[in-house]
This record gives sequence, structure tokens and C-alpha cells, in this order.
Amino acid sequence: MAEPVQLQRMEPAIDVSEVRFRYSASGPEVLHDVSLRVEQGEYVALIGQNGGGKTTLAKHFNGLLKPVAGVVRTMGVDTRGPSVAELARTVGYVYQNPDHQIFAQKVRTEVAFGPHNLKLPPEEAARRVDEALELVGLREYADEFAFSLGRGLRQKLAVASVLAMSPPVLVVDEPTTGLDLQGSRNILDLLGRWNADGRTIIVITHDLALVAERVPRTVVISGGRIIADGATSTVLSEADLLGKAFLRPPQVTRVAQRLQKFGIASDVMTVAQLRAQLRLALGE
Amino acid sequence: MADSTSEEYVIEVQGLRFRYPSSEREALAGVDLVVRRGEFVGITGPSGAGKSTLCLCLKGLIPAGELSGRIQVGGKAVTRQSAFLERSALVFQDPETQIIGLTVAEDLAFGPENLKRDPDLIRAAIPRMLHEVRLDGYDEAETYQLSGGQKQRLAIADALILEPDILLLDEPTSELDPVGKDEVFEVIAQLRRKRDVTVVMVEHAAEQLAEMADRILVMDDGQIVDQGPPHVLYRSAATFHRPDGERAPQIAEVLFGLLQDGLIDESEFCAREEDAINMLTDKLSRHHVRLASHG
Repeated sequence: MAEPVQLQRMEPAIDVSEVRFRYSASGPEVLHDVSLRVEQGEYVALIGQNGGGKTTLAKHFNGLLKPVAGVVRTMGVDTRGPSVAELARTVGYVYQNPDHQIFAQKVRTEVAFGPHNLKLPPEEAARRVDEALELVGLREYADEFAFSLGRGLRQKLAVASVLAMSPPVLVVDEPTTGLDLQGSRNILDLLGRWNADGRTIIVITHDLALVAERVPRTVVISGGRIIADGATSTVLSEADLLGKAFLRPPQVTRVAQRLQKFGIASDVMTVAQLRAQLRLALGE
Repeated sequence: MADSTSEEYVIEVQGLRFRYPSSEREALAGVDLVVRRGEFVGITGPSGAGKSTLCLCLKGLIPAGELSGRIQVGGKAVTRQSAFLERSALVFQDPETQIIGLTVAEDLAFGPENLKRDPDLIRAAIPRMLHEVRLDGYDEAETYQLSGGQKQRLAIADALILEPDILLLDEPTSELDPVGKDEVFEVIAQLRRKRDVTVVMVEHAAEQLAEMADRILVMDDGQIVDQGPPHVLYRSAATFHRPDGERAPQIAEVLFGLLQDGLIDESEFCAREEDAINMLTDKLSRHHVRLASHG
């Protein structure tokens, strides 16, 4: 037999092949023939308007939803086989609304639930809990009541609960909703560090400015189909395409495109890039 | 002259302090604020700065805790004993928490029915309100089927049907996608063109806020730490242009950089997208002409 570990390492983290989905037999189809391959160690943004199918697709990654047609493989495993609990070891999922996820009274109990369920030895579980709380900056809140925390802190708690499971693939749905800039950047920095450690990160977000700064690959979903998939700089500079998904390029990109006749590049994506372009154009 | 002051200022807050029962820290630590009739004031700042607490106090929904200082809304003192403040309305972040009716029409009628308004007038107001928030024809739609943006616009209509002079909005767009955000902002812009409503809006979306607000306040640790019209405020290095600073519109960040490079001057700084494009177009054209004439 071939070495299973080696074999697994070659598998894509997520492999969605010709997937169709409807919520009920008589309901409308909400994913139409979607295929998407995410390699291990990638950092990918899923963007698109509300109701476009982002969350429906992402819930296929951890087997919470099973395709009506087509196949979804997570680290090589067909999601129709294992239970959602088993898949949770592989794919961590942070939901958009932290209150849909938080159920324990104390912060520490909430974070310990996952490691406990993984049947880790108590010392290892405690270490993971401390580490996860430290990573999201909630250590000093460990003994507070979970629902007494403000919205931003509850969001971080939801992330910590998933981090403590230490899954190789992490799906994060709208992590920046209701967070201030610093909170949003902290969460995305955290995801960046996790990605640098070799984990696969898939983030669902509307915050295109933060995607432009930090996420290398962007997939656009609209009307239940993938309408673009590529390098973030390419995807985000296509205003027409984003318009189809009811999105707009970041403000700096919109401004740059209006100044093209002065030699400003149309695929500018970040504040630093536009400043550099204008400095050049005005300083010659 | 006291009369003319209360005519001009619809909100007056002086030395407002508030502490939640179990907390060491003051949620509001000495807030002074006046808002002119018809003004659009944006409030921004990090989580935990006291923004929502201030909104609740302005609506007269003073939470349990220690309160000191003075709040006047529409010329009347607001205290725990105040009756329901009909002249102001508050819209929360999550529309789900304030939509009660099964259908859109039922939901809209709930507030005025509770205030014992004339049923005929309520019925007549419903289509008008739906038009104002661009939900024409949705009277009989079931509320659970609305999109996030539609729900939030319904929540705004729920507030408007009470005909408030002051609309308080606590992060009304944070749960919405960019289209939903724009819809809410457009509805508010349209409303202000039609009637003399004063808007106080807590919001993190700096780009949209800069487009619409007359003045923006920055709160931190229970205090107003900075404020001004967008084209002045967003130039503030201490508040915005540092690694852990508040979010400014991207274009304001770019122009702040050019200001530091000495390529534009303070009078050219702006925070609105069209203003910036016009200023830059003008500047780049003149620069090209100069280059051409020298070349």
C-alpha cells in the first residue's frame, strides 16, 4: 500500500466537481454546476452579493450540505461518507453570526468544547484553549460570561473556538461584520499567520479593500455560479464583472480607472499602489 | 436668545457620563455634543467606544447604570422618567431584532397602533412609507422573505412612520452586502432631500459616511476624541493615518500620503470620491501641460 499520509498531502484541500444543489426537492436550484479546486496551503476569498451562493457553497466544504449532483472532496475524502462531526476535524467553519455558534456560559468552556470532543488528553486540550484565546486576544476574558462580551469580542470567541480544533482547512464566513478596522485587520492577520503555517484558508467577505491587501486568490460567485476565479489583482480590477455580482472594485481602483488617461494603471488595488502611481505622475 | 438656541439645536448633550452596573470603566466619560436641526452627523470609532450607549441615551432608552450630565432632545430634558420620545426614532444594527409583523404592512402599523394613532391615517401612510424606502408594492410580502437590505429598509420605514424629527441609526448597514449598504445610504440621502430630518448615524463604512455626513465624530473610550467635516477630519494624522488608527476612506489615505509628499496642499485635500477625481484630474492636466510646454 502507498503511504496514506503522502497520498493525502497531494490531494487538493477542497475539490468541488460539477456540483448542483437545491434546498428542497421542489425548490429552485441554488448552485448550478459549480467546480472549484483549492490546493492545500492556499488562501482564497469567496466574494459576491448576499444570496449569490457563497455560504451555500462553503457549507459543502465541511459536509454540512451535500450536493444533489456532483462530488465534493475535502482532503481527498468524499463528504457524503463521513459525518459532519468527523469532517469538523478537517474543516473548521466560523459562522457569520457568532451567536449562532456560541452556546456555553463561560468563554473558556466555549473554546474547550471542540478539543474535548476530539478526545484530546486534558493537558493538550488546555494548552490548545490557552493558545487559541491568546491568538485572538481574549486571554484576559477566559472566565467571563460569553454573552456578556461585545459583538466584536464574540466574533473573536467564535474564531478561537474553531482555532482550538486546529483544523488543516479553515472556512471563515464574514469575519469582519460589525468589527472596527482594527478588529477586522487583527482577524485577517490571524488568518494570514495560520496560512503561513501551511493551513488552507477560505474567507467569505464583502470587504474588498481588505481582500486586495491580503488575499492572493479571489473567486466571485453570482447567481449560483462561479463567474470569475483568479489572482485577486486581476479579478478586482474588472469593474464590469464585479458589477454582475453587485460588487464594486475598491475605491482606489475606481479612482485609478478614472485617471487612466494620465497613465495611471487600471489594476491598482491598494492605497500604497495608487499613492505610488500618483507620486510618479505628479513628480515627473 | 435661549429660544433661538433650542430652535437651532435639536440635540444638546453636556458632560454626559455613564457606567454599566458591573463595569469598572465608564462607557461614556464626559460627552459634550450639539447637533443642529437638519444636520447629518456620523459617529465612528472602535468597538466598545460608547457609540451605542450614546444612541440609547439620545433615544431616552437609558440602560441600567450610573448616569450624570444633561441630555436635551428637541428642547426637552431626557431622563429615566421621560415619557416615550416620539420625536426621535432609533434603528438598530440587526433588523431581525426590530421586525415584528408577519407581513410588511403589519410590521409598519405596529408602532403607530401602539401610539393609538388614527387607523385611517396609518393605512394611508403605509404606501407612502414603502415608497420612501423603495419597497413599493411590498405591503403584503412576508417579512421573513425579505433580503437583508430590504429588512433594514423596512426597519427604517418602521421608524419613519412615527414621523420623527431625529433619526438615530446604530450601524444600520454593517450586516449588509455592498449593494444593501448603498440602498440604505441612498434612502437616507433621498429622505434628507425631501424633509428636514436630523440624522445621527453610527457607522464604520468610512467611504459612504464621507460622502453623506456634514460632520463626523470619532469616539474612543467613552469620549469624543476628534470631529469635523469629512475634508478636515480625515486629514487628522492622530486619528486615522497610523497603523492602529481608524478607517478613513481609501482616497483620503492616498491624498494624506500626497500631502506628506508635498504634492498637494491642505486646501486640495478632500475625502469624497468625485471631489478627489476632479481635483486630481485638474492637477494632472495642468502638470501635463507644464511638462509639455517645458519639453
